[in-house]
Amino acid sequence: MCATCGCTVDFDEPGDFGDPGELGGLELPGHGHDHGHDHGREHPHDDGRTVTLQQKILAKNDNLAQRNRDWLRERGILAINLMSSPGSGKTTLLERTSEDLAGKLALSVIEGDQETDLDADRIRSAGCEVVQINTGAGCHLDAAMVARALRTLDPPAGSAVVIENVGNLVCPALFDLGETARVVLASVTEGTDKPLKYPQMFRSADLVVVTKTDLGPYVNFDAARFGEYVGQVSPRAMTINLSAVTGSGMASWSDWLTSMVSAPAH
Amino acid sequence: MHELAIAEGLVDVVTERLPGTKISEVRLEIGALSGVVADSLRFCFDLATEGTELEGASLQITEPGIQVECRTCGDTFVPDGAGGSGARGAPILLCPCGSADVKVLSGQQLTITSVKVA
Repeated sequence: MCATCGCTVDFDEPGDFGDPGELGGLELPGHGHDHGHDHGREHPHDDGRTVTLQQKILAKNDNLAQRNRDWLRERGILAINLMSSPGSGKTTLLERTSEDLAGKLALSVIEGDQETDLDADRIRSAGCEVVQINTGAGCHLDAAMVARALRTLDPPAGSAVVIENVGNLVCPALFDLGETARVVLASVTEGTDKPLKYPQMFRSADLVVVTKTDLGPYVNFDAARFGEYVGQVSPRAMTINLSAVTGSGMASWSDWLTSMVSAPAH
Repeated sequence: MHELAIAEGLVDVVTERLPGTKISEVRLEIGALSGVVADSLRFCFDLATEGTELEGASLQITEPGIQVECRTCGDTFVPDGAGGSGARGAPILLCPCGSADVKVLSGQQLTITSVKVA
């Protein structure tokens, strides 16, 4: 690609403009090919002033996320960004977690869904404070939505807030919400190769939770290989296998959550 | 399809930095590991800029290649499947030494490098 005009036409002299990462927004000296624009693409040129910005496109979201993070840290509140495909068992895990941790850890939930309050109703029935966000056409939660939800929820100091993101293994990976940690769920019914097929999401995970292990005998899920795949995309992520139905593995998850609340890092 | 939100984000950044300024060109860097598809972003750009100072601006996207440093052996490498600019998707970042514990040096860019004032 020509780094001066941005044309995506392959030239005969690749690499003649150096490392694009170093170019910034500066106007470049001549770089080996004709700029008469005879390479099949027209775009207007004017004598306007070029202003170098070098700013993250998601700067606004990232700034809001940082504000959320500071707000949470001041109150010693743990915030988990819980992400997965639709139907991996996020809400079921939270229902069970709420029951298991009742009286041990104050837990509240921000529910993200395109439509309905159905998940919020389930979480409330399980005994948790909850705020529902409906994103409408939106495919992910962003930091502004979470900021509003946190104000409404007003979680107590020293508690844990789980933000159940919109079920989607692609878009939510890009949007920092101000969370303390990211947890990605994958159920055994989704297949062994999920981490390789959605590396962006799994790469961002601090913890990977394999759910519905009670269904393991009925589906072709290779837990050891899944763990290897997680290791390939996110070598520092921990993995916990559990079933919110039988309770198997739930103690590891509860221990992890509890240890995160008391961890001084956040 | 988060590219619409990305396009709206870039309009926010530009209009906050240069309020009331008509923009004729926007230049971005979109790395192959950024999770954003340049073609989808081009598609959303016109929608997001409608009625703003960026309406009608041309969008120039460079797609820097992936470069990774291995935390185990210290080597810097370009992972298999990272076909340089325009590569879609995110290859597995596995060092030839076998380690997956790597630091991404390039490929995650999601940056507005510059704009041209009309």
